[in-house]
Amino acid sequence: MPNLQPYADPNYFVYLLLALVPLAVGLYFGKRFVTYEVLVSLAFIFLIFDDKSHSGQGLALIIYSIWQFLLVWGYITYRKKQNTGMVFYATAALSILPIFLVRLSGAGIFHAQLSLLGFLGISYLTFRSIGMIIEARDGAVKDFHPVMFLRFMLFMPTLSSGPIDRYSRFAKDAAVAPEREHYIDLLGKAVKNLFLGFAYKFIIAHYAEMTYHYFQGMAMSDAHHGMLLSWWLIPVAYSYGMYLFFDFAGYSLFALAISYVMGIESPINFNKPYGAKNIKEFWNRWHMSLSFWFRDFVFMRFVFLFLKHKWIKNRNTVSTLAYFVNMLVMGFWHGLTWYYILYGFMHGAALAGNDVWIRFKRKHKDKIPHNKFTEGFAVVLTFHFVMLTFLVFCGFLDTFWFHR
Amino acid sequence: MDVKAGVLEIIKDVTGEDMSNQMDENLFDSGLLDSMATVEMLLALESRFNIQAPVSELAREDWDTTNKIVASVTALMG
Repeated sequence: MPNLQPYADPNYFVYLLLALVPLAVGLYFGKRFVTYEVLVSLAFIFLIFDDKSHSGQGLALIIYSIWQFLLVWGYITYRKKQNTGMVFYATAALSILPIFLVRLSGAGIFHAQLSLLGFLGISYLTFRSIGMIIEARDGAVKDFHPVMFLRFMLFMPTLSSGPIDRYSRFAKDAAVAPEREHYIDLLGKAVKNLFLGFAYKFIIAHYAEMTYHYFQGMAMSDAHHGMLLSWWLIPVAYSYGMYLFFDFAGYSLFALAISYVMGIESPINFNKPYGAKNIKEFWNRWHMSLSFWFRDFVFMRFVFLFLKHKWIKNRNTVSTLAYFVNMLVMGFWHGLTWYYILYGFMHGAALAGNDVWIRFKRKHKDKIPHNKFTEGFAVVLTFHFVMLTFLVFCGFLDTFWFHR
Repeated sequence: MDVKAGVLEIIKDVTGEDMSNQMDENLFDSGLLDSMATVEMLLALESRFNIQAPVSELAREDWDTTNKIVASVTALMG
């Protein structure tokens, strides 16, 4: 049996697309072969974990899926009869528990025992199940359909790193076959995405990563001479920023292309993020499925709760607090390290600061100029700030300062 | 109670803009409604029209213009 990591090399695409041909033919003729779709999904998930070094992860994925299945099923069943906050928060906590333990092990706490729980994709699967629990709490998801739940949870194209879909949206697509004309459009988009993805991930990201490693080496030689800062950290930041975007956007294009072939319109993940005019717009364009998930399930719920109960009267205080909570939770989700948390903090502060600036600008409308030049300046400023936060995010500073 | 007048008043309170002549203007794309303002609007709609507004899973495409908000609120009122 070969071992196939998702989208890792060109062969993967050949095998996967061949396996999807019957499904695509069915969709073209208006039929969705659900059993076949599930079998292909499971087969390609199996191929991720089928060698010795990955088999433990495969087992963890199975246990994890059963755990989430029971939680979501149990909660939706409960929610039909009753609706107390206690049960909701307890279920949500149990749903987050596995990734919480894995993150603890990543930070070196109970390392050996807890790392057994981790597997490729755990952080993305958590969004799927916790999202469903929240939707059930709000009454947006009313019934539990075991097969649809598993198709959603184990939807292979987006298993390892998103984009993050929502159950209600997914179920709508997955229940039927798309109209033929629409499906032809989707196939066209899939082809475009695949080729753009190849250019992004296998060419541009490849070279960006090489330069990133080169600049890291130069910076480390300064570190070995005992320097606390190095000019080389600047190109480290920018080359990492390029690598991260082209690698991740390329990967997302692949995931979307395969979704489209399967007749599922997973949400897009990137929309020219480095052209954003401010940090808020950046988050509407960067890793969009993640930031929208956080917007809907963390930021808006937090604000809603605080305003509804009038725990804090001043709306600006509430939104500032919500920005920090939102971005810090996102930081923690990435991992329990000082640089992920600092990264979240920086973005929380930037979002809050951006609001202060917008309020100030509104008050002094006539005195502050607004034209093509100031907009261009805003794009440049946002871009450089983001690169600075990526220097923190990439974790190289940890090596540079503490592991010389 | 006139839903349209009430919605317009709430949008004016939240965004500072009178939308009565731009009922089909996209409130999210134009930046008038950000997440914060959306929540404030939903809370105001809840108490004014005695409805339960969906916070999570707010289908933005059903709430992105004044006309659509009026329609969504009317639908929620049953």
